[in-house]
Amino acid sequence: MHVTRDFSHYVRAAGEGVQHIDLAVEGVHCAGCMAKIERGLSAIPDVTLARVNLTDRRVALEWKAGTLDPGRFIDRLEELGYKAYPFETESAEAAEVAESRLLLRCLGVAAFATMNVMMLSIPVWSGNVSDMLPEQRDFFHWLSALIALPAAAYAGQPFFRSAWRALSAKTTNMDVPISIGVILALGMSVVETIHHAEHAYFDAAIMLLTFLLVGRFLDQNMRRRTRAVAGNLAALKAETAAKFVGPDEISQVPVAAINPGDIVLLRPGERCAVDGTVIEGRSEIDQSLITGETLYVTADQGTPVYAGSMNISGTLRVRVSAASEATLLAEISRLLDNALQARSRYMRLADRASRLYAPVVHATALLTILGWVMAGASWHDAIVTGVAVLIITCPCALGLAIPTVQTIASGAMFKSGVLLNSGDSIERLAEADHVIFDKTGTLTLPDLEVMNAADIPADIFELAGRLALSSHHPVAAAVAQAAGAKSPVVGAVEEAGQGVRATVDGVQLRLGRPSFCGAEALVGSVDPEASIVAFSKGSEKFVLSVRQGLRPDAKAVIAALKARNIGIEILSGDREAAVKAAANALDIPEWRAGVTPADKIARIEELKQRGAKVLMVGDGMNDAPSLAAAHVSMSPISAAHLSQATADLVFLGRPLAPVVAAIDASRKALHLMRQNLWLAIGYNVLAVPVAISGVVTPLIAAAAMSGSSILVMLNSLRARSASREIV
Amino acid sequence: MEILVILVPLALMLGGAGLVAFLWSLKSGQYDDLDGAAWRAIADEEPAPEAPPKR
Repeated sequence: MHVTRDFSHYVRAAGEGVQHIDLAVEGVHCAGCMAKIERGLSAIPDVTLARVNLTDRRVALEWKAGTLDPGRFIDRLEELGYKAYPFETESAEAAEVAESRLLLRCLGVAAFATMNVMMLSIPVWSGNVSDMLPEQRDFFHWLSALIALPAAAYAGQPFFRSAWRALSAKTTNMDVPISIGVILALGMSVVETIHHAEHAYFDAAIMLLTFLLVGRFLDQNMRRRTRAVAGNLAALKAETAAKFVGPDEISQVPVAAINPGDIVLLRPGERCAVDGTVIEGRSEIDQSLITGETLYVTADQGTPVYAGSMNISGTLRVRVSAASEATLLAEISRLLDNALQARSRYMRLADRASRLYAPVVHATALLTILGWVMAGASWHDAIVTGVAVLIITCPCALGLAIPTVQTIASGAMFKSGVLLNSGDSIERLAEADHVIFDKTGTLTLPDLEVMNAADIPADIFELAGRLALSSHHPVAAAVAQAAGAKSPVVGAVEEAGQGVRATVDGVQLRLGRPSFCGAEALVGSVDPEASIVAFSKGSEKFVLSVRQGLRPDAKAVIAALKARNIGIEILSGDREAAVKAAANALDIPEWRAGVTPADKIARIEELKQRGAKVLMVGDGMNDAPSLAAAHVSMSPISAAHLSQATADLVFLGRPLAPVVAAIDASRKALHLMRQNLWLAIGYNVLAVPVAISGVVTPLIAAAAMSGSSILVMLNSLRARSASREIV
Repeated sequence: MEILVILVPLALMLGGAGLVAFLWSLKSGQYDDLDGAAWRAIADEEPAPEAPPKR
């Protein structure tokens, strides 16, 4: 059979006779890597551009159309020691990038205008206490207006749009008071300038926009970075399938280019990337990622297979069906839809603050106006004072309080191997007081380990590993890896469904089922989760027990969670004996086995009734509904796609430690957010009486505003130390 | 005070030039890879290839 790699799905034209491809590259982290990759790829003839993006860990390549197969780049990077995968920008990420560029442009315009208006305001402030002529002051005010009005009209777009959307939907958000404040301040300043007044607030209005845009940009940048990493991870998970493009011609194509009705080949040891039905072949499949069940299921003609299943022993031909036609998935997706609908819209801290903020501030301004009128002031003076109240209570510190902490905390989490899917997950994670773990693939590692390697003589074990290299069976692969075998045994023959045999120096070697090696007598008390593999060298016989091991630091993490007074339990779809063993090993008294997705949700609801805030940690397709139903959820990077998309946080690597690190970081971040809000409110409590009494000048407003914003930003920097080692 | 008629527009033009320069640098993709740019500055080889223009 002939196999080709097809990258046409990822290649796009980049102008006249030039083609472009983006690759996500693993393991690029310094200038050395960057130079090495760029030089190595530029050396290929006809390559017109090779540029590494170190922030996003990607490389952009362009070459003269039709001269090269993109596969060469991947092979070249392989030679240089980097794994690379073709990469497709998702629309979500493209939108985030466009949004953050718009914010940066607005920020540039606002900052430019702020500086120049300030340059004109300072002469006015100092002139007001010395010998400035009214004509000169008016001239400066008109100049300020000339700069501030167009700049605010441009840079205020993000706020005006979002405020308009909120008002059209008859709700309110933080942007409504911001827009009202800015527009009123500018309008009043123009009117005052026409009347040759002493004070105008052009500088305050545009400075307010600048500070708010900084907060907005930080917020957006955090989301963009997360999206970029998530996009890379999607590419690194190498979603390709072997599709039949002819009777016996196969092409390795990206899943995105596969349609229902196509036939794909599933070889032993491969993970299935599509949903479909087996049309030919017999094999066992491991569905632990779908159901949490660690025992293998037999698959032959007519058996449905799901994306994420691992093919174990035989070769299968699978006809691709449209996603989730299958009954099991239909049940899961129905539960998931229900859970997503029931997901009570969590009121974010920022929204809760703004919900209180807007009415209070507007009422205060209105009462100020009325109060002054009753006290005998003119309407004009009363309104000027009222607008001064709106300006001085500017929400800039409030608008910075949360995004700055989120940005810095997410950066700290990033370093400890945790990615955020949504900004408010930090707040929800900080509230979690009860953790539910799935077992398979969450507490345990998804790959297999040889449990009794220490009991087998080293030379025998190494020989078994070398023999195992000749089989595609995942259990054999685990033996080969554990033994560190490099060179396969010459002349090894695989007997499908039985094992591998070879003859070395006249001695027969066999590795496979106990019956295949005549070692049934040795199989004693069977570990419920283990696959037993036998190895015979002539008449010497050994059995190896292969199973998923617990994550290396699982026990320490559970202890750390207990120390933080967090309740822990296991809910697993696996069989009782298997779950019990893990629960005992980790010292978790609360566990349930054989749990269906619906049962998991029921248990979460039960805990919710009791007032617990549940963190669900799971990886299987069967966990997706409960990940959505829980207060906050995490999944490992090895999780099924559906689960990863549903979870609020995704953690990387083999250890479980990121779970605790994320809880700690989020608790610290929430504490800082609250502190920031109190700082902002405290500033307002001090500033408002001054504004109501009518003695606020533009100078005082500017000083107080920037002072409070800078204080809040400095306080947020304390979130940097959030990532500590826990174990 | 007549000097203001020259100085104020001059100041605004300088500021405007700065703004235009910033917008251009943003458009030409100079903010797309801040980590990489930091390293490129101290790399002691021939200059790196041009950033791909943003489409």
